[in-house]
Parts: sequence; C-alpha cells; structure tokens
Amino acid sequence: MRRLEGRVALVSGGLRGIGRAISTCLAEDGACTLITDLDPVDSAEVGEALRTIDNAAYIRLDATQEDDWIAAREEIARDYGHLDILVNNVGSGLTGKVQDLLLDDWRRLMTINVDTVFLGTKIMQPLLATGGARASGGSAIINISSIMGLVGMGETSAYNASKGAVRLFTKATALEFADAGVPIRVNSVHPGFVDTPLTQKGMEEWAAREGGTAADLVRAVIDATPFKRLAQPREIGKVVAFLASDDASYMTGSEVVVDGGWTAR
Amino acid sequence: MPDFNLEGTISLVSGATGGIGRATCLALQEAGSTVIATDLADTADVPGATAYHRLDVTDEAAWTTMVDHIEATYGRLDILINNAGISVTNSIADTTLAEFRRCMAINVEGVFLGTRAAQDLLARCGKDRKGGSSVVNLSSVGGLRGAALMAIYCTSKGAVKLFSKSAGVEYAMLGLPIRVNSIHPGGIDTDMMDTIYARYVAEGIFPDEATARATVSAGHAMGRMGTPEEVAAGIVYLCTPAASFMTGSELVVDGGMTAK
Repeated sequence: MRRLEGRVALVSGGLRGIGRAISTCLAEDGACTLITDLDPVDSAEVGEALRTIDNAAYIRLDATQEDDWIAAREEIARDYGHLDILVNNVGSGLTGKVQDLLLDDWRRLMTINVDTVFLGTKIMQPLLATGGARASGGSAIINISSIMGLVGMGETSAYNASKGAVRLFTKATALEFADAGVPIRVNSVHPGFVDTPLTQKGMEEWAAREGGTAADLVRAVIDATPFKRLAQPREIGKVVAFLASDDASYMTGSEVVVDGGWTAR
Repeated sequence: MPDFNLEGTISLVSGATGGIGRATCLALQEAGSTVIATDLADTADVPGATAYHRLDVTDEAAWTTMVDHIEATYGRLDILINNAGISVTNSIADTTLAEFRRCMAINVEGVFLGTRAAQDLLARCGKDRKGGSSVVNLSSVGGLRGAALMAIYCTSKGAVKLFSKSAGVEYAMLGLPIRVNSIHPGGIDTDMMDTIYARYVAEGIFPDEATARATVSAGHAMGRMGTPEEVAAGIVYLCTPAASFMTGSELVVDGGMTAK
C-alpha cells in the first residue's frame, strides 16, 4: 500500500513550481490531492494539471481570503468529511533595499506569505483534527518556509521577515495542538534556491533593479551552493510527502532544511 | 515510489544492538537495503540484518578492516549509519577526564573514523545512484540544547552536529556524491534512556525512575517518549533519493521538545 493511500491533501499555490511538485508527489504516494490556486477552474493550466496528476481535484482558492478558505472547508467537509494533509505552500517574493521598500509592497508580501499560513491553519483545523484521529501519525500541516527563514540576505529583508514568521508560527501551532491533544503535527520545510518560475522572476526583478542579467545571478547562487546546482521542485515535494506520512509520526515543530548545504556553512 | 526505495543498496549500521540501532536495521531492510549490523558483542541476532560483525567504533584499524570486508563481500557501500553512542549522566564536577574522553571517543571519534574509513567506497558507489550515498550521524536534542547533568553527552552530540555539516559541505565542495546529515532524537524509549533515568535517581534529581520517565515524557510537546521505529523512519528517509537535495541538514525527531 502506498504510504498516503486514503489520505486527503490540500496544497495552496498547487499549480506551479514547488506547489505543483508537492501536489504530484503527494498524489504519487496515494493521497487524493486537492490542488488550489488563483486560476479559474476552466483554465488550460488547471485542465493540464488534472490530466497529468492522477487522483487530483482542483478548488479555486485565493489563500489570502478567509471566505475562500471557509468555502473550501465546506466543500471538503461535504465531499470527503475530513482533511489529512494541509500544505501551506503559496508564497511570493520581494527584494530591494530596506529604504526603498514600499509599505504597501511589504504588507502585500506578508499577506501572501504569512496571512495565508494563518488562515489555512485556522480554517482547516477542525477538518484536520477529524482526519488526524483516523491515522496513527495524526494529520499533518506542512508550511513552506525557506532558508531565508533561517539566515539573512541583503536586500531580502521583507522575504526574510515573512519566512521567519512562518518558521515560528509553525512551532507555536505545533505546541498548541500537541498541548491540547489535537492530533495534528505541524512542521516547516526550508528549501534553498529551487528551479522555479518564482526564482526566475525574482532574479529578473533583481537584475532589472541592480543591473546584470538574471542568468548571471542564477549562476552566482549556484556557485554559492555547496551542491553547485539549484534544487528541482520534486526534491521539495518528496520531503513534504515524508513529513505528511506516518513515518514522521514523532516530528512536530521541526524544521527540515533542503538546501544542498547552503546553511550548513 | 522509487524515491523512497533503497533496493540494491548496502548499509552499515554501528551500534546495531541498541534500541535505535535495531529499529534502523529493520527499517533499512524493509526499504530494500542489505544491512550489515555491527556492535561490540562478538555475535548478535539483529532482525533485518544480513550479517553481523563485531566493530569497536573507536578502533581505527577495525574500521578499515570492516570497510575492506564489505567491499570484498558485497562490492559496494551506499549507506553508513554512525549510530553507536553512549550517554553520560553526571555533574561536571564529578566527571573524570577519562570519562569525558571515553564519551568523546565513542560518540565523536567513532563518527569521524567511520566517515573517513567509508568515504572512498561511498564516493565510488554514490555515482550511479540518484541522491548519491548517504551518511547519517546520530546526534540528539542534546546536540541542540543543553541539559543539567548531561554536559559531556551534550558536548559530544554538539560535535556530531557540526561534524556532519562540515562533512556535508566538504564532500559537496569536492564533488563527492555523499550526502551527510544528522538526526536529533528526543527522549526515545530505549535502554539508554532507562540508564539515564536510573542515573537521575542516583543523583537525587527524581525520587524514582517512574517519576523521571513521566517528567521527561511531559517535556515533549506530544507528552510521550518516541519509539525507536520513529527515529529509524527518519534515518531511512534521509538515505533515500527523496532527500537528494539534503546535506548538512539536521532532522529533529523530538515530539516537539525543541520547538519550545
């Protein structure tokens, strides 16, 4: 039996990049995977994802909107009765010197990177508690932080702050659920630089602002990574699949770093 | 799920007759690996292991002999679990230098010697496998946080944590296909923890072992000790191709203890 057979999973930002790989990996391990994203249900991207990933369904969900989460919860409660895995993956990037950052941009990043984790956890908790009572390892929330939630980087302060917030929100909710006897494990994953559209977009923005080319910036990041390469999205997806499984039954409040050695130095 | 599969690999586990060691041998075997178990006893029956050999991890020559034997017999080595270790529960004032050095020899030198002895073979075998070869070193929550009467143990486990990071970075720098990660269990229900409870009682920290166990259990957010199988599952995971971008990382399996 596949390790996530019979589990129901929800992935925010699940259509592209790391989220897409997480959705694929969870589904490969047997989970019925609910991909959520901003795209309309009838869009070509959604159709392509559902054709490629077995055992997946799509729910349109703006993860910054509490009402959208509540609507998704009601739909899942009706169709499945419980939730076993919540991956708070949705996120965005923002770089720039502190003195140049606009408060609106800062708030927008916090909304996308932090509010979404709070809302997903808060709204889905009852369904996850129901799901957790059915599995020996409980249910699992996996929050996608970053190595930028562990170590700082110049001109990355807003992103650093948002991912640091995700790291500690993870630990606090892990303790809160454990103390209350709620069978939900909560852990964070900290990817290094991953080969995704978001990474590419961030590099292009940086190059447009500071000069040089995105390709040069990517090369510099690769040179600075002990493994001398970017991560592939699947290498993050598989980590999430492990944390979601009963194999990780004694893990809560932990941070799993997947960075090709970046923070080991 | 090929990414979680260890089919075709050869593993060496030190300290294989202890609680976590035994569970690790079985879990590696269940994932498809051929497991060579080692420990101090001359003979032992370790479920999941294909062979058992005596290995004192502090003995430099014994490591060379062991790795040579594995290469000659199995032709390869893909996974090294530096699991052998001891606990020391004693005040700093009462710890002798000999006791300190013995703990460091087993818990730290053992990891260094094992990693160094296996490096060449691991590097050669890692080339043809997604994710490469893997070394997993047993650290502890004691390698992340201090604890009263555990200074020597915590010192040794902190050393294991940073040795793992440096080894991971060094092999990456050298282009060797060996990932090195540390695992950090909380209080796991093993003979080692029973020894620690007995020592706590002897030192007058707790009136009896049941109280010691209850207090330590309550120190984990999950309110219980972990099982050896729960640590073994994490070790196996680190060895699989699923962890292919992980090196120099710490996997904390502590029921939420250090999240506080």
